[in-house]
Amino acid sequence: MNNVAAIFKKQLKDTLKNKTVLIQFILFPVMTLIMNNAIKIQDMPENFFVNLFATMYIGMAPLTSISAIISEEKEKNTLRVLIMSNVKPYEYLLGVGSYVWFACMLGSVVICAAGGYDLQTSIVFMCIMAVGILTSLLIGAIIGVWSKTQMMATSVAVPVMMIFSFVPMLSLFNSTIEKMAKVIYSEQISRMLGQINDLEFDVMNVGVIGVNILIAAVIFVVIFKKSKLA
Amino acid sequence: MSYAITANDLSIKFAEKQVLNDISFHVENGNIFGLLGPSGAGKTTLIKILTGQLRQDSGSAELLGKDTRNLTASEHGQIGAMMDNYGLYERLSVYDNLAFYADIYRISRSTINDTLKSIGLYEARGTAVSKLSKGMKNRLSLARALMNDAKLLFLDEPTSGLDPATTKEIHSILAEQKKKGTTIFLTTHNMFEAESLCDYVALLSKGDIIEYGKPADICRKYNHMNKLHITLKDGKEVMLENNSTSASAVKDYLEKNMIEAIHSTEPTLETAFIELTGRGLE
Repeated sequence: MNNVAAIFKKQLKDTLKNKTVLIQFILFPVMTLIMNNAIKIQDMPENFFVNLFATMYIGMAPLTSISAIISEEKEKNTLRVLIMSNVKPYEYLLGVGSYVWFACMLGSVVICAAGGYDLQTSIVFMCIMAVGILTSLLIGAIIGVWSKTQMMATSVAVPVMMIFSFVPMLSLFNSTIEKMAKVIYSEQISRMLGQINDLEFDVMNVGVIGVNILIAAVIFVVIFKKSKLA
Repeated sequence: MSYAITANDLSIKFAEKQVLNDISFHVENGNIFGLLGPSGAGKTTLIKILTGQLRQDSGSAELLGKDTRNLTASEHGQIGAMMDNYGLYERLSVYDNLAFYADIYRISRSTINDTLKSIGLYEARGTAVSKLSKGMKNRLSLARALMNDAKLLFLDEPTSGLDPATTKEIHSILAEQKKKGTTIFLTTHNMFEAESLCDYVALLSKGDIIEYGKPADICRKYNHMNKLHITLKDGKEVMLENNSTSASAVKDYLEKNMIEAIHSTEPTLETAFIELTGRGLE
């Protein structure tokens, strides 16, 4: 655990000086605060911007930031040196992953606060966000571990991130996209957030997210074994 | 005799290119071992195999008595490494880079300032690594490699592209480490570095070790090119055989007080390498 904590601390210091990663963590929480308070349209669903940006935050921030962090460390050889010290690959991934998860959860607190939920609903909201962020982390880690350079990671992460973050929004306007989007976790997260005040989630919501996590975990293990970390 | 590193018939191929071909050697504990070869000879690949980052196709290697394919955190904790492109965190400060590794090695952070003073980077401790010169990055990378009092140091081109003063500083740090009993494995294409620092060297060319031994022994082995190079006071330069056949000519020059300078041209590791491969080390 000592190594995981050291990597977590190092990552925290590094992010404060890394604007491209830092902006991923704060962009959507800030946008939610602004949009939710500034725009009021008649008949607009309650907390429309909270649900919209929370889903986009899940699809973008953890995925792009962890893939950028891992691929940068691979490209610049810092990961190779780290693994040659007494750091095990899983410790590194746990350190970086827990840091990104924690940072995104802090952003989620801001989004949740913008929603003005009661305590029980806030806890459910944070639980949904936690699961969504975890799923995106797995997908981002797959891209980071597979990519040899940061450029390569970005070129893969951007389209993947766009699918997971924009499809739930587009499914609001197109029934075909809505049907197809059912199978991706971010769409189910979006639906759960939309029903959060009723606390009515069905098997489809949880099942699809579970299957997505399982598929991502299997792909991660295969890619990790094949690509090696450093 | 105990060995820090042993390699037996190591071979590895990338795509269709044979990068290392039946490499065998050993490094005794407390020695400085130099691996000389031009860029692309396979030096970094060999370090990667020896440190367990890469698996050989055939042959075996042991590091501190353990098969390099099964190195654990315990062995890695006894290794220090300075790789070819530093592996430093560019956005973090000099101090933060070492502080991070102090946490990893479970060393007190109170030692960091002393370490920084010893490598002349104390004044720059708050500076981001991205703003350091190449020489400063090299010293910082070396300091990180030395932090955990490693039994075995791997240094990949430690003085490549550095000015003579920084090179000298790094050489003196390595000499200190040798006095402490640290085994050092370094790669270089600087023959003077190898001759002055190393107990043993191996010349690597296109994946083969073409010569192996003490630097002086290798030079002696290729001594047939040895000449006397005499510069006369009138500016003329004379080359004579470095043996008894030249004695009378040298005596004659001395008696007539004609000699400005006289040198013997012993072969260096570079001339040995050129003779063996037909090309230089750079």
